[in-house]
Amino acid sequence: MKLTELIQKLNLSVRSAKGHLEREITGGYASDLLSDVLANCKEGNIWITLQIHQNIAAVASMKDLVGIILVNGREPEPETIEKAEAENIPVMVSELPTFELVGKLYNLGVSGLEE
Amino acid sequence: MAPNNKISKIQELVYEIKVGEVMKKDVFTVSPRTHMSVLRLILQDKRFSGTPVIDKGKLVGIISVEDFIKWLADREQDCPISEKMTRCVRTLYADEPLTHAINKFERHGFGRLVVIDRQNGKLRGIITKGDIVEGLLKKLEVDYDDDETRRRRIRHFFEDILADKATLLFHYDVIGHDFQRAGECASRLKATLKRLGLHPQVTRRVAIATYEAEMNLVIYTDGGHIRVRVEPHEILVRVEDSGPGIPDVEKAMQPGYSTAPEWIRELGFGAGMGLDNIRKCASKMALRSTVGKGTRLRICVSVENGAENETN
Repeated sequence: MKLTELIQKLNLSVRSAKGHLEREITGGYASDLLSDVLANCKEGNIWITLQIHQNIAAVASMKDLVGIILVNGREPEPETIEKAEAENIPVMVSELPTFELVGKLYNLGVSGLEE
Repeated sequence: MAPNNKISKIQELVYEIKVGEVMKKDVFTVSPRTHMSVLRLILQDKRFSGTPVIDKGKLVGIISVEDFIKWLADREQDCPISEKMTRCVRTLYADEPLTHAINKFERHGFGRLVVIDRQNGKLRGIITKGDIVEGLLKKLEVDYDDDETRRRRIRHFFEDILADKATLLFHYDVIGHDFQRAGECASRLKATLKRLGLHPQVTRRVAIATYEAEMNLVIYTDGGHIRVRVEPHEILVRVEDSGPGIPDVEKAMQPGYSTAPEWIRELGFGAGMGLDNIRKCASKMALRSTVGKGTRLRICVSVENGAENETN
């Protein structure tokens, strides 16, 4: 599934890198520990977190992630948007809490395990 | 680029780009039964210089400002458009190259040409000289961007260097406790390695290991520096700081062990996985630390092993 499709189906608000929403999603990972994401998230994954500071953009860029979804309607810090723009990382906001959002993602066919 | 090249590029593009790609698609049309008095309002309101006349989905003519002026000048009675429109309309097919459109414009001196579908003759759009210029400019811009990125990608960089041994050295300064700029060194290093055309897997391993090391300097030390040595067969990252040092290196290497304060953990750092992540990314790793003096970390990523399946 493409990121654009996901944005539409989950009613996400895009906060950065609006020109980079055409990538294919390979899977998903939910974590608020950056080192955990660096260790376990896979290239092309979508990352679900409540962290909003600018290091999430760096982490997503390191792992070539397809984008970051912030939960509970948490807004990224201005520096985060700036950094994410520079790294072409789409940061999106969902009103849902992590549990609900991940459930919906799973139902849409986004898996946490490699096929 | 020389001006001559540009011209030939445009000549190439006018054959490559199709009329359908640059034409305006949402076209305002009128019925042949519309009266000339109504047309006046439409032309005034929409500021058109002409518009296609459509009957039952088919193009039957075109009515222009010239036709309208002629009708005014002749001081005739109000009548349907069908009596005054130009019936013999010059059309283009949407799949024709731009060069056909340019030729037609030159030959007939029209301001606009109606574009129809080759299969069913239905109206597809309208094209003006302005649309052609706009389409060409857009295409040139895209090509220019592609060219720029291609130039940056220095593939097989080392193959172009004629020497018995070639080494590239990069130096980065890390400022302690500066969470605003934390990770910048690793980001810059990653961008650099990418441009050098290193294998994406190798680049990612080096970048992640460097990021974790950089974060350790930011969280626990007053700063330090990172030196990176790039050779055709391996990348060596040396990270140095001047304190406080790690009391128990073995313990620090255990996944999950952390001495980070609560507020740092709340930011998502200090999970006790950094050194373990580095170990997973590295082909070889060495950590030496003296309490009160500082820590030296050597991370080696071999190009051959690094390009194999990612372990983390």
